[in-house]
Amino acid sequence: MARRYASKLTWDDVTPREAYLNRRQIMAGGAALAGATLMTRGVQAAQDAWDLTPNTLEQITSYNNFYEFGTGKEDPARHAHMMTTAPWSIQIDGMVDSPGTYSLEDIIAGQTIEERIYRLRCVERWSLVVPWNGFELSDLLERVGVQDRARYVAFETLARPEEMLGLRVPVIDWPYREGLRLDEAMHPLTILATGLYGQPMPNQNGAPIRLVVPWKYGYKSIKSIVRITLTDEQPVTAWNAYAPNEYGFYSNVNPNRAHPRWSQEFERRIGGGLFARNIETLMFNGYEDEVAHLYDGMDLIEFH
Amino acid sequence: MMRRNQILSRPALMQRLNNALRRIPPWLLYVLGAAYGGWLFYLAATGGLGVEPINTLERLYGEITLQLIVLGLAVTPLRRHAGVNLMPMRRAIGVLAFFFLGAHLLVWAVLDVQRVSAMWADILERPYVTIGMAGFLLLLPLGLTSNNWAVHKLGAATWRKLHKLVYPAAILGAVHFIWLTKGFQWEPLIYLTIILGLLALRIRPAKPRID
Repeated sequence: MARRYASKLTWDDVTPREAYLNRRQIMAGGAALAGATLMTRGVQAAQDAWDLTPNTLEQITSYNNFYEFGTGKEDPARHAHMMTTAPWSIQIDGMVDSPGTYSLEDIIAGQTIEERIYRLRCVERWSLVVPWNGFELSDLLERVGVQDRARYVAFETLARPEEMLGLRVPVIDWPYREGLRLDEAMHPLTILATGLYGQPMPNQNGAPIRLVVPWKYGYKSIKSIVRITLTDEQPVTAWNAYAPNEYGFYSNVNPNRAHPRWSQEFERRIGGGLFARNIETLMFNGYEDEVAHLYDGMDLIEFH
Repeated sequence: MMRRNQILSRPALMQRLNNALRRIPPWLLYVLGAAYGGWLFYLAATGGLGVEPINTLERLYGEITLQLIVLGLAVTPLRRHAGVNLMPMRRAIGVLAFFFLGAHLLVWAVLDVQRVSAMWADILERPYVTIGMAGFLLLLPLGLTSNNWAVHKLGAATWRKLHKLVYPAAILGAVHFIWLTKGFQWEPLIYLTIILGLLALRIRPAKPRID
């Protein structure tokens, strides 16, 4: 069922295609002018932590963490074109009524693709606002039939060494894996995104289909999904397995729980330039009203 | 070409190289180094370093610092084992390393963390920041005494002993880089390996002093 979540913003708030293309021309055209524009934007972002003006397509597609293509922020934009995204299929298995390998077309068929303008908060303290296009994960899960015993959903990213150069380095234990508790997965904010800015998902952002869980740190929103498993045990997740004290299973955005290497009290919105002001990080990334009830009675410091 | 190669033996080649190196005036290195630092800042301010220039600039300044420290540590082994004499530019290399370290620290404090309270929290609670700051404190007296007046005042022996602080500082710098990196990555490990290797080359069996 689509349209359960209503953002205060509408598609009209998305920067029109002409405008963001223009912005890029300005950037290229006059360095000084661009510098001034960036400085003004920085001040604006600091004034309003709730500001939900989407970042430009260039910003969203040029600064990415997708370690399968390298650990540099520009590496995904540089190398992700090597990834074959069609044909694409997802293996859905575990505690479901209709397990199997579904083609992407099959998965999307019948779903209402809607726009969701979400904040994206990286654990490294930078953030973006992205106009995603996608559908609720619960709609897919209901279609394949979740069995009563299932408590968690596990996800896996494509791991194709000949197309993903970063896999040569054992940065983490490949393939990339993530997971959600079933109630988190069924929450109307949780979507499978197939595009952004009304275009098919760029490869570096997790083409052709990725998870978006806006109240959790960015690494929970797993990219280029090839497998979804319903299970009754908390699944192994990539960063949690690498450093459990740094990356918890829940990984809810929480300014009160400091990551051992980064304080999480503030963040910096991409696009503010060299003099961007930091802004305060919001509990659950600003989605507290929508999701806090999922964690009633839970110690969010212990279960970080 | 053949004739020249035959004429120039290896020591003669080194002689030529070293003569050429000696003719490079130190002020030129200072000017080039400072200009490069300024150029990177200009790029960052005008969109030339991508959409998140603060972290990019901070990281670039930090990496240049490490590279210059490596180069500085290579001066003695290069002279001893390869016959290449970078001695005339060693001070410039060291001072520039300190300059980029200062720039790295300023970008971190002013542009990245932005608040004094957050800086203190980082220094006290985040081991990689603690280590980086310790490395800076070790290098601070070296930066301040990299001039003829200080060498004269301290005496050559004391000065040389003081400047051995660059050894632990270099290790701290590399560990700082390893610690701030997410997941397993080669680059910071390569820095640490090179630094440890350059330090190992200094260990010599004790022998009677001739000079």
